[in-house]
Amino acid sequence: MAKALKINKNTEQGILEFLRFLLENNKVKGVFTLKKISKDGAVAYSLITNPDELNDAVPFYPLMPVNGGKLLSRFTLKGSAKKPVVAVVKPCELRGFVELIKREQGSLENLFIISFTCGGVYPLKMAVDGTIEKNLSKYWDTVKKGEISADLRSACRGCTEFTPYTADITFDLIGNNDLDKKCVVFLNTKKGEEFAKGMKGEFLNKELDRKELEKLKSKREVEKKKLFDDIEVKEKGIDGLIEIFGKCIGCHGCSKVCPICYCKLCGFESSDFEYRPSNYEADFRKRGGIRVPPRTLFYHLGRLDHISISCVGCGSCEDVCPVDIPISIIFKKVGESVQKMFDYIPGKNVEEDIPLITFKEEEFAEVEE
Amino acid sequence: MKKDDKFMPKILAFLCNWCSYAGADLAGTSRIKYPSSIMAIRVMCSSRVDPILVIEAYLRGFDGVLVAGCHPGDCHYQKGNYYTRRRFVMLKKIVEDLGLESDRLRLSWISASEGQKFAKVSTEFTEKIKELGENSAKSEIFL
Repeated sequence: MAKALKINKNTEQGILEFLRFLLENNKVKGVFTLKKISKDGAVAYSLITNPDELNDAVPFYPLMPVNGGKLLSRFTLKGSAKKPVVAVVKPCELRGFVELIKREQGSLENLFIISFTCGGVYPLKMAVDGTIEKNLSKYWDTVKKGEISADLRSACRGCTEFTPYTADITFDLIGNNDLDKKCVVFLNTKKGEEFAKGMKGEFLNKELDRKELEKLKSKREVEKKKLFDDIEVKEKGIDGLIEIFGKCIGCHGCSKVCPICYCKLCGFESSDFEYRPSNYEADFRKRGGIRVPPRTLFYHLGRLDHISISCVGCGSCEDVCPVDIPISIIFKKVGESVQKMFDYIPGKNVEEDIPLITFKEEEFAEVEE
Repeated sequence: MKKDDKFMPKILAFLCNWCSYAGADLAGTSRIKYPSSIMAIRVMCSSRVDPILVIEAYLRGFDGVLVAGCHPGDCHYQKGNYYTRRRFVMLKKIVEDLGLESDRLRLSWISASEGQKFAKVSTEFTEKIKELGENSAKSEIFL
């Protein structure tokens, strides 16, 4: 059985062709993808049902306006999609979506997932001031060479999970010198093969080439270590944390954009979270003063406690932070060490339980004293 | 921080209703001595203790936080303490990675018949906290 499909178009045209094929042949009723909304590089996720609207679609655009996993969750929260829809998302967005499904915040039913080996995305600011358009050709050059583009989101520069785990179809972009000539699509699942059936192109028996990916992965590992080492939270203890998070203005933007923070009623935003006069009094007595509003560090540590087990490292939190706190690096650093302990990669497998809702009887005996 | 003999730590203890709280009760009725540093909060199960409560206690200035429940396999609700254990492992890791003092957090299994053990854990933990000194978060203004 064919495992891959070669389309004789460049990759950008290839995916549009494929999406158009799916729509026109009624294989799907809608396409969820990035679409240009202006000439200076602003894009937004859209659900497209009319094939003509695909002309402005830019599925591989190096920008993540909102984590697509979070959007797919909103799309399927109150019930799964009634008709088949294809979604083109980045690997970390897909992993975020899988984590949300595990939390019963979405459904994969009737969703057909296309993903790709991802070269990372630029910070949102670059789409706002239009610099992203100027950087595009540079970006694709580095992707072709399998290198790390400069100016990417810091989370992306140190991202080692850029190959999708659960996509039905994977487009291979990284280290692929022929991006401008041909387009190779890997059909990972039965569903993927079915959808590709009838598409113009050459069916091949080929596997995703891991060599180029491994090469980039080791480059990213080095970059990641550098990013982690620069943070130095561990060395400075509570004073260091206050230094880092003290700048926080309490907008809670990081939690609003986080794909894992899904609660509609967040405890940190409820009136219960507010200090009462007696709390202030107690702190005045005990500490001789208190930052206003209080509990900033508690908010961040609390969030870390809630989401570190499932943090997919998409970097949205840091990107929206108005005071540039390196949240995503801290969360990724702590998250990875927690996930390692449970041998868990968030979003890798939709059947696998979140480590905190399962257990083994014989484990971690050493933690009890 | 220096070791201070006069320093009496404040330790918040989350005790599960069915085992550890009863264990503490037994320590009391058996007139076993244990330090006055322990301030107990009774919870229905150790798995009721959201790690956030522990973090909050730490940031509000408690010198130590003890979470105690039934021995694994003996949970009144069959498996609550297994979940507690995983959460606690996670919490300790987070705290360690942030460079905070994970020694200020302790998880212990104390059954209803282990009054002696409750006293032992309390004493040991208090001694350890005395060595660590006061929780520096207590005097931080800029939390």
